[in-house]
Amino acid sequence: MKVACTVNGAAREADGVWEGESLLYVLRERFGLYGSKNACEQGECGSCSVFLDGVLVCACLVLGGQANGRTIVTVEGLTDASGLHPVQQAFVEAGAVQCGFCTPGLVVATHDLLQRVRKPTEAQIREALAGNICRCTGYAKIIDAVNLAAGRT
Amino acid sequence: MNFLQPSTWAEALAMKAAHPEALPIAGGTDVLVEINLDHNRPDTVMDLTRVADLAEWATEDGLVRVGAGVTYTRIIDELGDRMPGLAMASRTVGSPQIRNRGTVGGNLGTASPAGDAHPPLLASDALVELASASGTRRVPVRDFFTGPKRNAARKDELIAAFLIEPATGPQTFSKVGTRNAMVIAVCSFALALDAGRRRVRTGIGSAGPTPLPAPEAEQFIEGELDWDGRQPPSDAAVARFGELAAAAAKPIDDVRGTAAYRRHALSVMARRSLGWAWQDYRVGWA
Repeated sequence: MKVACTVNGAAREADGVWEGESLLYVLRERFGLYGSKNACEQGECGSCSVFLDGVLVCACLVLGGQANGRTIVTVEGLTDASGLHPVQQAFVEAGAVQCGFCTPGLVVATHDLLQRVRKPTEAQIREALAGNICRCTGYAKIIDAVNLAAGRT
Repeated sequence: MNFLQPSTWAEALAMKAAHPEALPIAGGTDVLVEINLDHNRPDTVMDLTRVADLAEWATEDGLVRVGAGVTYTRIIDELGDRMPGLAMASRTVGSPQIRNRGTVGGNLGTASPAGDAHPPLLASDALVELASASGTRRVPVRDFFTGPKRNAARKDELIAAFLIEPATGPQTFSKVGTRNAMVIAVCSFALALDAGRRRVRTGIGSAGPTPLPAPEAEQFIEGELDWDGRQPPSDAAVARFGELAAAAAKPIDDVRGTAAYRRHALSVMARRSLGWAWQDYRVGWA
């Protein structure tokens, strides 16, 4: 089947998509957008977090066909080529990145949180990021990064 | 795999009549897991996210009718005052990403004994609206779950909505798991006090082949509660309520916990839930 959608502001189209294929597979393997990571494939880890029509979702749990005609923003689309988004910059400065695999998902989920809550409490941060798993760190620096970004936006 | 994508409810029902084998998909939080991990390879899937009617809710003859496609996030944001028990359970579902996509309709369709929405639906005596090209029927949720991952819907039917009476008293939901988020319940318990009718309703999750009510516990405690004076029930009555709630469960040993642990945890949750709800009733319920 054919899947046509808007990704990071550009019209994209893929032919020959298998009907059982996830949006994550379409983004990575058909559109070459490797920022959204493929790990658990069951919505547990949050590494594939993207915006679907402005709503934070796991791309691995959306069928490609369900994304047809929809608007998707991935971690690559959070900022233009001129530099890092304030959330990304905060993750760099706070040292919230270790191996980096979970970082794109955490950046997208943090972006979603700060759009809804400008100055979140620690409890709100922990709840908002509860679906994003990091296996390197203890999350302390990630929470520092969210607070840093919240102070700047 | 065939991919069906109706854009209206009438079209969806016609497609289901023509393709009774079609597996409905809404938020995908169950169906995609099965496909991604190759646990299930359905011949036909039917995407219901284009059917706008399914994502609406409205008040109807004193009940709130909630379309099967309304997400957990929207239940929390829009319906928390009318269905506090279900909203509380919704807040324990997965993560923001899962709550943004997952639906109560999908939970009912999967009919897992561990579905978080089920205990509060039982405690609220909800109705499940099933529709096919030949008509619509409403099934009490207590009759809806027919076995592990089995429900009362026929092959030609789709889940249209659930109907729930706005809360007539305090409601609680509690759930045992290894962390707050992303947890499949080890066991869970919902309680609803119906102050007007002086009834107590319960729902047990993850402790039997289906979600279960605890009718003997309900009947016992209804007779013990001081509905007029609002004095606390005796410790003995609360303890008995916990025992009867645990006795209603039919748990097994599995990877998430033992049957004995589940029974113990249920008795504790039932006791505490009654305490929380009764305290709310004493201080706050008109």
